[in-house]
Amino acid sequence: MEYEAVIGLEVHVQLNTESKMFTRVAYNYGAPSNSLTNPVVMGLPGTLPVMNKGAIEKTIIVGLMFNCEIAKISKWDRKNYFYPDMPKNYQISQYDQPLCIGGEVEIELPGSSRNIMGLHRNVKLTRIHLEEDTGKSTHHALDSTLDFNRSGAPLIEIVSEPDMHSAEEAFAYLTALRTNLMCVDISDCDMEKGQMRCDVNISVREVGATELGAKVELKNLNTISGVRNGIEFEIERQIKALKNNEKIVQETRLWNAERGLTAAMRSKEEAHDYRYFPDPDLMPVKIEKETIERLRSHLPEIPFDKQRRFLADYDLPFTITSVICPDKRLSEFFEEAVALYNKPKPIANLIANDLLRELSAAGTEGTLPLSECKIGPKHIASLARMVDEGLISKQVAQDIFIDIFSTGDEPEKVVEERGLKQSSNTAELEDICREIIDDNPKPVQEFKAGKENAINALKGQVMKATRGKANPKIVDEILRKLMIK
Amino acid sequence: MSDLFYKTAVELSSLLIKGEVSSCDLTQAVIDRTRAVEPKVKAFLSYDEEDALKQAKNSDEHIARGESRGLLEGIPVGIKDIIAVNGERLSCASKILEKFNSPYDATAAINLKNAGAVLWGRLNMDEFAMGSSTENSAYQVTSNPWDLERIPGGSSGGSAASVAAGEAILAIGSDTGGSIRQPASLCGVVGLKPTYGLISRYGLVAYASSLDQIGPFARTVEDVAIFLQAIASHDRLDSTSIKTEIPDYRSALEQADRPWKLGVPSEYFSDGLDNEVRVAIENAIKFFAINGCEIVDVSLPHTDLAIPVYYIIATAEASSNLARYDGIRYSHRSDKAVDSIDLYFKSRAEGFGEEVKRRIILGTYVLSSGYYDAYYLKAQKVRTLIRQDFMKSFEKVDALLTPTSPTVAFKIGKCSEDPLAMYLSDIYTISVNLAGLPGISVPCGFNSDKMPIGLQIIGKPYCEADILAIAHKFERSHKFYSEHPKL
Repeated sequence: MEYEAVIGLEVHVQLNTESKMFTRVAYNYGAPSNSLTNPVVMGLPGTLPVMNKGAIEKTIIVGLMFNCEIAKISKWDRKNYFYPDMPKNYQISQYDQPLCIGGEVEIELPGSSRNIMGLHRNVKLTRIHLEEDTGKSTHHALDSTLDFNRSGAPLIEIVSEPDMHSAEEAFAYLTALRTNLMCVDISDCDMEKGQMRCDVNISVREVGATELGAKVELKNLNTISGVRNGIEFEIERQIKALKNNEKIVQETRLWNAERGLTAAMRSKEEAHDYRYFPDPDLMPVKIEKETIERLRSHLPEIPFDKQRRFLADYDLPFTITSVICPDKRLSEFFEEAVALYNKPKPIANLIANDLLRELSAAGTEGTLPLSECKIGPKHIASLARMVDEGLISKQVAQDIFIDIFSTGDEPEKVVEERGLKQSSNTAELEDICREIIDDNPKPVQEFKAGKENAINALKGQVMKATRGKANPKIVDEILRKLMIK
Repeated sequence: MSDLFYKTAVELSSLLIKGEVSSCDLTQAVIDRTRAVEPKVKAFLSYDEEDALKQAKNSDEHIARGESRGLLEGIPVGIKDIIAVNGERLSCASKILEKFNSPYDATAAINLKNAGAVLWGRLNMDEFAMGSSTENSAYQVTSNPWDLERIPGGSSGGSAASVAAGEAILAIGSDTGGSIRQPASLCGVVGLKPTYGLISRYGLVAYASSLDQIGPFARTVEDVAIFLQAIASHDRLDSTSIKTEIPDYRSALEQADRPWKLGVPSEYFSDGLDNEVRVAIENAIKFFAINGCEIVDVSLPHTDLAIPVYYIIATAEASSNLARYDGIRYSHRSDKAVDSIDLYFKSRAEGFGEEVKRRIILGTYVLSSGYYDAYYLKAQKVRTLIRQDFMKSFEKVDALLTPTSPTVAFKIGKCSEDPLAMYLSDIYTISVNLAGLPGISVPCGFNSDKMPIGLQIIGKPYCEADILAIAHKFERSHKFYSEHPKL
């Protein structure tokens, strides 16, 4: 008996608007508790919501990016339920006329190895809508505390169809969501800061069956890897249960990351009747075609399209594009450098290897943002040009990279100051090569016998003798010339 | 020469500017009157004499500098305890907000302050504006100044009574199904509910969001006109606030002698209308007929659906609006709760009165899964039909004349055992809220017990100027404002 999993994800993403969804109070993570509030946020008697236009535009942008149909008319509904972190005990959300309908997200599965791009497929979306966030409760031994800083922040809810079948696909989907949303700059999607939250619906059925099995909702998946691990565990649990002829209970289960398992929520999960009705304090939203076209015209290139273009136009391998393309600013940096010096491959290598390494090391929490980096595309372009023109060796370029990164000095200046110019002085190099050949009969013999690699030992010696300044290409030529004689 | 506290705001404004009286004197007169008659009327939940006099002094200083901010400068205005004033209680006559002070001003309150008015006291009302007699207040019952054993009407009973008794020159109230017009009628004063959206609801504690409006009480139509001028404005903080040109309401009174076409809806003159009230209204209609107006018979066929439609929509919205009173942040928190769910149950059970609980339960029911379509959705559709009735009649007439209330004020306690009977007393006012139209009640006589009777004039959307002019025309010839209750 073969089983398959059917998985749908509900992802909430906090929009990085300047103010909250229904009132002009700033929102930012980490402020002192209950400092980002006002009468509207706290649901004081007599207060009223006023819709944040910027949040609506950002939602439309997301919808356009995922090929959703943008509603001509959209409205706000009240979702009524009681919970201490809900100031009004209803959440302003969208029920039957969401801003975006349908759509799809292109995902990339892992390839057979790191160097190989995996399969791409599209995960279908059901809808995307906008709503306000709740406050945050923290539970202690004897009581719970409430922080309303987050209350009222704008959230988009992206609901996928039950269109995924493995933890891997779910992971790829979340990654794709993050990459795309960061590319249009509407959120930093940091799960640790609660900017992106994920609930998963999983059911399991026999392969070939058309009906869905009992659906389990998984919550408390607080990291992207938690999502993958939680799904993997849950699929296994459900399959094991079915193989044991047990019924799957339709319930909500919480992922316990420390113990690596899901457990049913202790309180009895009754189906909520949210008593949705149109919010009488807010007007329906009419979205004009001109607005949609204006927003569409400002859509950036989506990362997978960029990945395809970089392969086609620059012939860059997957190992490079998979690193550069998901990052909009890094991609722009790359293309600016190429515009200055048209050698995409070496430039891409410098960026993907050296630049990223330094950025990662320099950051205080995570990677240093490119905007704070002291070097720009012209530094990279210069380095690539100098290597390409034989002015310096690749080794030297690598060596001075770290210094240039920390000082921001121009590479030409550094090379000049330290006298690092590569020697292409054929006469000088010939002398040194002769010497090395004389001193190393064995590798010479091996080379003449047909072992190509043997030349590397000789080359290495020459590079050592010239303290790395010899032009390796020329050294290679000279050595071969001398040995053939 | 009437007492200072019975003069009109227009008269007083003139006296203040001329320096013949000071706002401090006027305010003191109002304070003294209040202290004298409050034991009988009980219109106020609280008042702060010192604070009122401080405001009055400030007004006097403005006037002395030649910087009067308008006709309301220095005039004491009573505030229904449902409108937020920074630093003041905001109990909505409920125990659940007994200890709550508002940290912000309603837009209407800001407008009043900017006009230089003296905000005076917190007026009694039916709890959360749910009621038609002010008997649902959790604190006290207000008496009708014309007969202390009768109700003043509701839910703005304190506002109407205070103006009738001279305890305030003007008062502000709110109207969801008639809560300004009906008490105005029962207390012999003028009360106006504006077109939905004309006055900002920001700072008005919500009962039924799509029906609530703030509105003015005064003893004359002209006073209502200048009061309305000060508080009608578009407000960015209220998404249901309309952007429209606000006319000069006081100048509009000069239109009184236009040849108005006035409609009389047949459905408003059936059984249930007290005979003496009927006679007074018919006399009023005759007055217009013989004074240059054309009386047209009209029909509003969906009238008898108004009450069920109202009680479905209003209670549904209320059940959601009142969910925030949960004992967690600022409302009454029970100390008997054993866990968080119990905290909700006990706090709300202890804090809310019977009628509020009744309406929350009803509202929750009509929104619940399986019933939404049959009740809430259906009611909203019928609401459109009710509005269409009015708009059709407005193709033929400029305004409608109706009784405000089917009876005069009844005895305290008479209706409180029968909520349904109480609901039916709103029959003439409720449709006006459902249709979002402006309506004014102006005194048009007394019955044989010397209880006031009110005439309601219903206007087209944003035509407050018309109904004010028509009301002014009537008032000018009848002068019921010169009669005062014997207290």
